[in-house]
This record gives sequence, structure tokens and C-alpha cells, in this order.
Amino acid sequence: MRTRPTLSILTAALALCALIGASSPAALAIDAVDPAADAKAFRDFFVKKFPQVKFEDFVNGPYSMNEDMRKQWKDKEQFPPYEFALEAGKEMFSKPFKNGKHYADCFENGGIGVRQTYPTFDEKEGQVITLELALNRCREVNGEQPYSYVKDEMAQLTAYMAFTSRGKPFDIKIPNDPRALEAYENGKRYFYTRRGQLNFSCASCHVQNPGERIRAEVLAPAFGILNAMPIYRSEWSGMGTTSRRFTTCNSQIRGVPLEPQSLEYRDLEYYLSYVSNGLPISGPGARP
Amino acid sequence: MSVVMKNFTFAVIMLAGSVGPSLAASEADFKAAFAAADAAEKEGGRLRNQWTTTEAALSTAKKAAETGNFDQALRSAQEAEALAKASIVQATSEQQRWKDMEIH
Repeated sequence: MRTRPTLSILTAALALCALIGASSPAALAIDAVDPAADAKAFRDFFVKKFPQVKFEDFVNGPYSMNEDMRKQWKDKEQFPPYEFALEAGKEMFSKPFKNGKHYADCFENGGIGVRQTYPTFDEKEGQVITLELALNRCREVNGEQPYSYVKDEMAQLTAYMAFTSRGKPFDIKIPNDPRALEAYENGKRYFYTRRGQLNFSCASCHVQNPGERIRAEVLAPAFGILNAMPIYRSEWSGMGTTSRRFTTCNSQIRGVPLEPQSLEYRDLEYYLSYVSNGLPISGPGARP
Repeated sequence: MSVVMKNFTFAVIMLAGSVGPSLAASEADFKAAFAAADAAEKEGGRLRNQWTTTEAALSTAKKAAETGNFDQALRSAQEAEALAKASIVQATSEQQRWKDMEIH
């Protein structure tokens, strides 16, 4: 029988690293979790790293990092590529379900100007509820089939809801509930955990290297990265949701993506949104 | 012969064995290797950390076996197992190491 290639050596090396890593101190208890302190450190890190970027401009991702791209974006915004999705979303939002009810019946303030409060932590269920999840639940409770979480109709609906919140600062709440703190901490852990064969975490690109190029793309800072969601991406030739962004990121680092709206992704969105509290919603957005 | 030399000789023999000519792989070899790879990949799934390259190697192994190319099937299955094991090691070590990257 043939023996294994050099990958075995790599495996052994990684196993050794794991053994070394196993001697690290155990994870902090939930009572040591301090989201407010985290958010301050997060904001301070980016403000200090990019003193030339205006605070509210962080929501513009790569355009806040690169002057040439910014000029192209400004031109593009005169006829924004998300405009059709926005119009379609507005129409869908106002169209009644077969039972005569509307999306507006499922949300506070009729769903207008509420995007900045999502994700929320539902204390009855003990879990994070994203806007995408809330929209599909709204459909299902009214006898409609759920939409795909990654694009098309879901992106159109969230585009419209984001548009009605433009300029409103992210206002994510973490209730005094150990389950909410645990969800927040799980999201943070997911954000910083290296995964995929390329051994990247979200932070590898969006904390350690924002403003740098990865191939032809300029990496966006993690601070404010979800404020522009959903986005039209030229790379996708269409609109995509936060779920699409997360699954694509995982694939790009050669990791098998989790299912959209899995607990991990929802917790990740909760964490990333919370640490961007105070930055305005700018969605729907456009990215290269 | 010193201990160092003995170890070195042993390593060279092992290395030679790993790259030298060998018998053609059998279906049984493939099946055993594939089962090991599949089990490791399932463990990666339990840890929520599978790699696309592992999935690709498993798929290649299966397709090669279907055409009777058990040499290729075995190689790909072994590669898949090595990748899956590496993803398990990554997931395990990152349970603690993620904090090293955190902004404070």
C-alpha cells in the first residue's frame, strides 16, 4: 500500500501546534464578557489606524481606504447598480400576502426605519434574530414560502428596509441576559477564529489588513462593514445579503460555508453589528 | 553507530519507502483509505470546520474508484484524510488561539 504524501508532515506539524495551543488558558467565563469595552477598543483601533478617515466614512468600506476607488464609486452612485433591487424591494414590501397581511404587520413602525436595530436578541427564544430571518419568519407565519437567504428577493427586501434607515446609527442592544452575552461572545470567537485551508479568520483580512489589496480587491475595515448591507457586487453581477457575504468569505479561504442563518453566522452578525454601533446605516451599497 | 546516525538512517529508509515504487493499489486499499478520510471529514463537520479542498479530494477519490483507477482513488483518499485531519487540528487549536488576534 502506498504511503501518504508530504501533507502528512504538514498534519503532524499542525498537530504539534495544537498540543502547544492546548496549554493556553481556558476561555473566559461569560461574566467577564464586556461588549461595551470591546466596542470601544474596536472603534479606537480603527480610528487610530486610519486617522485620515472620517468617522462616518468607515461604512463605505474600500472607498474610505482608497482615493481612486472612491472617485469611481462617486461616479457610480449617480446611477447606482442597486437601484433596480431597491425599487423591486419597495414594491414587494408593500404588496400584500395571499392572506391580505403585509410585511409591515411583522415589524415595529411598519418595518420603516428599523434596520439599524437588527440583529436583535429575542429573550423568549434565547437567540439572535437577524433581519433576514425575521423577514422569512414573517413570510412563513403568513402562509408564504421562505426566500433564499443569499440573494434575489431577500436582497431586494433588505435593500428597501436598509434604505429607509439610511443615516440612522446602528443601535444594537445586548440585554442583560447570559444567553445574549454568550451569543455575542460566540460571534466574536467566530470572527477571530482561523478556518479554511488558507488559515484565515475574518480578522486576518478586515482587522489586520484593511486598505491592503488581496489580488485586485481593496480590503474593507471590519468597523462598519455591515452598515452597507445588502450590497451589489460587481464580482457577483448582482445583489447579495449579509448571508451571502459570510458564505462567500468562507469559500474564498477554502472553508466549507455553514448554512445561511446558522447560529454561528447570526451570532457573528450580532457581534459585528454591535461593535459598529454609532456608525450610520448606508445600505444598500455597491462594491467591486 | 551513534544514536543520531541511527535515527538519520531510519528516517532515510522511511523516506525511501514512501517515495519508491510500490504495488498497484487495490479496491480494498481504496475503501479503507476512503473510510478513514470520510470519518475524519465527518469529525471536521462536527467541529464546524470542513475544508473545500477535503471535499474536492473525496470527490476525486470516488470518481477515480468508479472508473477503476484505484491508484488515483487511493492517493486522493489519503490526501483527503490528511486535509481533514489538518482541519480538525486547526479547529481544536483555534478554540484557544483565536484570542491572540483579538483587539484589546
